[in-house]
Amino acid sequence: MKWLKRFGIVLLIVLAGIQFIPSGSNQSSEVPSTDFVKAFNINEDIAQTLSNSCYDCHSNHTNYPWYNRVQPISLLLENHIEKAKEELNFSEFASYSTRKQKIKLKSIISQIEKDEMPLASYTIIHRNARLSKEKKEALIDYLNSIRRSL
Amino acid sequence: MNTMKKPMILLSLVIFSWGAFAQHDHSKMGHSGMESKKKDKSSVSSSIEVEHSKSVTNIIDNYLALKNALVEDNSKKAASSGKSLYDALSKFNISAQPKSNQKELGEIIDNASENAEHISENSGKIDHQREHFESLSTDLKDLIVLTGSDRTLYQTYCPMYNNSEGGIWLSETTGIKNPFYGSQMLKCGSVQQEIMVK
Repeated sequence: MKWLKRFGIVLLIVLAGIQFIPSGSNQSSEVPSTDFVKAFNINEDIAQTLSNSCYDCHSNHTNYPWYNRVQPISLLLENHIEKAKEELNFSEFASYSTRKQKIKLKSIISQIEKDEMPLASYTIIHRNARLSKEKKEALIDYLNSIRRSL
Repeated sequence: MNTMKKPMILLSLVIFSWGAFAQHDHSKMGHSGMESKKKDKSSVSSSIEVEHSKSVTNIIDNYLALKNALVEDNSKKAASSGKSLYDALSKFNISAQPKSNQKELGEIIDNASENAEHISENSGKIDHQREHFESLSTDLKDLIVLTGSDRTLYQTYCPMYNNSEGGIWLSETTGIKNPFYGSQMLKCGSVQQEIMVK
């Protein structure tokens, strides 16, 4: 049993130690001109839906949950957000080439349609990020009209 | 009088535009002589000429392999062709191209690479691969118009794809084998444009 005790102590020390790693800071206070909502003059309802359901991972501004202050959760979240932004960053959307905007919108729409996004692992905690049937349809219609106008 | 005028103007416009269109076709035929005349008899509705170039040989090879994998509904093969295409795209030398085209080429290669990457990473999700393949096909067409090609290609159109908004792909033959639907609807589509090499 001695080793188990030792292991427990080491684990505690490590866990305490990593708390000193600063937690995530994907919180740009400025909304850039390349932001999707700003550049495309998105209506308020849709903007709210995007903000609730997408922007936490796919923009330069995350509304962090309380547990983001706990390591190693913060590190995991940071890594996840970084990957998500590489795939799609609404804050930089207007800087994409038109051909890229088109395929991005197409992918956004099809992933919302198939309920692949927002991620189930995200909506299970962020209940207000879930898309009701009505919200989902409104969002898809709206995004499709933008896609066709490109 | 006024009510009569409108249809007359419309009619003359139609006649005029038809005349202009026919003339347009003639000049194309003159360019490449007998061969294109023969082909005009088939279902090919229009044609364009691009420069002869070997700079995109590898890209076209891998694009066509990818297309044929999708025709066969083979998602795994599509993924591996997507990877080879991604590699071929990353080797494309933009700086060797005319300066005036470099910005657009940069955007095309960038987008095509991202599409190819998605295709390579989504083995087993053939619908997702096909979505990116459609965007990729437009990239390839635009690329070839700017850089040229080493072979004749056919731009083929499927009006049903993408909720009936339609989509194009490039093929090495005029025979229709639909990569968007595979065995589900293999024959859907028609050749829209012949892309010939000067």
